[in-house]
Amino acid sequence: MKSHLLEVDDLKKHFSSGKSVFKKKSQPVKAVDGVSFAVQEGETLGLVGESGCGKSTTGRMLMRLIEPTAGAIHFQGKNLLELNSESVRSMRKDIQMIFQDPYASLNPRHRVERIIEEPMIVHHLGDKATRKKKVQELLEIVGLNSFHAKRYPHQFSGGQRQRIGIARALAVEPKLIIADEPVSALDVSIQSQVLNLLEDLQNEFNLTFLFIAHDLSVVKHISDRVGVMYLGKIVEMADRDELYNNPKHPYTQALLSSVPIPDPDHKQEEIELQGDIPSPSEPPSGCPFHTRCPHVMDICKSVVPVSQEKEKGHNVACHLYDDQHMAI
Amino acid sequence: MSNHVLEVNDLQTCFSSKEGTIPAVNGITFHVDAGEILGIVGESGCGKSVTSLSVMGLVPSPPGNINGGEILFNGEDLTKATEKRMRKIRGNDIAMIFQEPMTSLNPVYKIGDQLMEGIRIHTKLSKKKAYLQAVDMLELVGLSRVTDLMKSYPHQLSGGMRQRVMIAMAMACDPKLLIADEPTTALDVTIQKQILNLMKNLNEKMDTAIMLITHDLGVVAEMCSRIAVMYSGKVVEEGSVQDIFRDPKHPYTKGLIDSVPDMRVKKDRLYSIPGNVPKPGAIKQGCAFAPRCGQAFSRCAKETPELLETDNGAKVRCWLHHEQ
Repeated sequence: MKSHLLEVDDLKKHFSSGKSVFKKKSQPVKAVDGVSFAVQEGETLGLVGESGCGKSTTGRMLMRLIEPTAGAIHFQGKNLLELNSESVRSMRKDIQMIFQDPYASLNPRHRVERIIEEPMIVHHLGDKATRKKKVQELLEIVGLNSFHAKRYPHQFSGGQRQRIGIARALAVEPKLIIADEPVSALDVSIQSQVLNLLEDLQNEFNLTFLFIAHDLSVVKHISDRVGVMYLGKIVEMADRDELYNNPKHPYTQALLSSVPIPDPDHKQEEIELQGDIPSPSEPPSGCPFHTRCPHVMDICKSVVPVSQEKEKGHNVACHLYDDQHMAI
Repeated sequence: MSNHVLEVNDLQTCFSSKEGTIPAVNGITFHVDAGEILGIVGESGCGKSVTSLSVMGLVPSPPGNINGGEILFNGEDLTKATEKRMRKIRGNDIAMIFQEPMTSLNPVYKIGDQLMEGIRIHTKLSKKKAYLQAVDMLELVGLSRVTDLMKSYPHQLSGGMRQRVMIAMAMACDPKLLIADEPTTALDVTIQKQILNLMKNLNEKMDTAIMLITHDLGVVAEMCSRIAVMYSGKVVEEGSVQDIFRDPKHPYTKGLIDSVPDMRVKKDRLYSIPGNVPKPGAIKQGCAFAPRCGQAFSRCAKETPELLETDNGAKVRCWLHHEQ
């Protein structure tokens, strides 16, 4: 049995919308509402979902950049939520993050060498000379040149900046990398370069990825397992091929049929969802998807479906797959 | 007699900056037929948005300037049209929708007032009739509770609803040509699907030609009948969707198609085009794609290839396809 590097159990984040003179009592925004999953060492877990589904909040809670409201996060057996701020900082040596916007996540006033060196200084790794050497190595690893070290972020293109962000994350030799939409700001031809780089690095350094994205084709390409999120909950999770070939949840089915396929001869079953994603501050009762679901039943409006394993490793939270319901 | 609604010939749009004149659009030629959907594909900086702004006469001048070429709309050259004439054409004959529906709606006016403003500028309808026309348009684009919506402000709507309002506004005067610049890029996939289906229906129902500008090859394959692929301010390949996806002639088009992960096939490794997109005007001599092209030979670095017509009516700008 493979060991779980990361285990997330019933993680929640409720943002209170603040007290206001005009509002008596406001409902908290349930950005993440009971998310559980586990990541094995060396695998890539993809989290997909549309805007507001809580995928980025989940990623940030794992770094404790956002404090969870409830739940547990076990990383290598330790509960991260019980650590004090000093230990959190040293934990971040093992968990690093790559952000979506390579323009906003690099300090414009620092040279690239300083940006990449900084995490090593924070974690007291090596002396000045070894750190300098390491920066050079890292630049080569991510496909840049050592002369780039003296330049500033604005002198690079978007794809190159994302490479700098990756080099910075690698500097402290982390075990887990949380990549939050790492390629969505990039052009198609650059996107494939960065995806290939991430795969190469995973093989070379035995990295574990949590890959958060909205693009289903990209997630399919890079992930071993995929979880689909909707309004703060994981509605379905399975091995990649199983999920894409045999989606069980009506939301996953609709999501997959909505992706435009780059092939004019391709004809697919059309499932057009009606309406918009409800606001997480007023989530629907029962199943969060029932307002848009083509197979909605009475039970969906009142009872929240529980995630259950329907096939090996394939979990789905939907009343269509309730055993009692099948019996009736 | 051709039925080109729009014909762009050798258009050049330049911007002057401290480093000199930068040709954002460097001699592009294409046409849009009545009732068709033409896709214009390219990566950032290839000049696809500047092309659409040039057609609309919305290139800020200075620093921008149309230096050459012609834009024929139903035979009339828009580069020579006066501002007064352009104002008549914009919104009435050619309408445009943008990527960010929030920034293209005025946040301090009600949806209804913004819709009626456009209608009343271009038609002589009374306020009452303009109101009814606006309500009709909102229903046409698939919105519900329309009378409430007329009284709402843009921030009260979701992204998908705002884009529907933009489309209603654009279609209000029954334009011949709709320019859609990345209309679904800011939207979620399930909402994108709704908007694309809506645009397709309007194209069929109202026979409006659409010029769809996008970077998403999936969207193009689903929506368009013909495509023009742009690179560094020029069209490098043009043809029917089927021909281009099945048998791309230009190495750039081929690289672009191979770079996209396809949900149906597992590729172990994605193809990637080496290097970066050059800044506009950075490559002065030869084919702009030559430094990134795997099949480049000596001629590519020296001479710029022409857009050459191939046997099936497609066009390609590449020395590989110039025989002898």
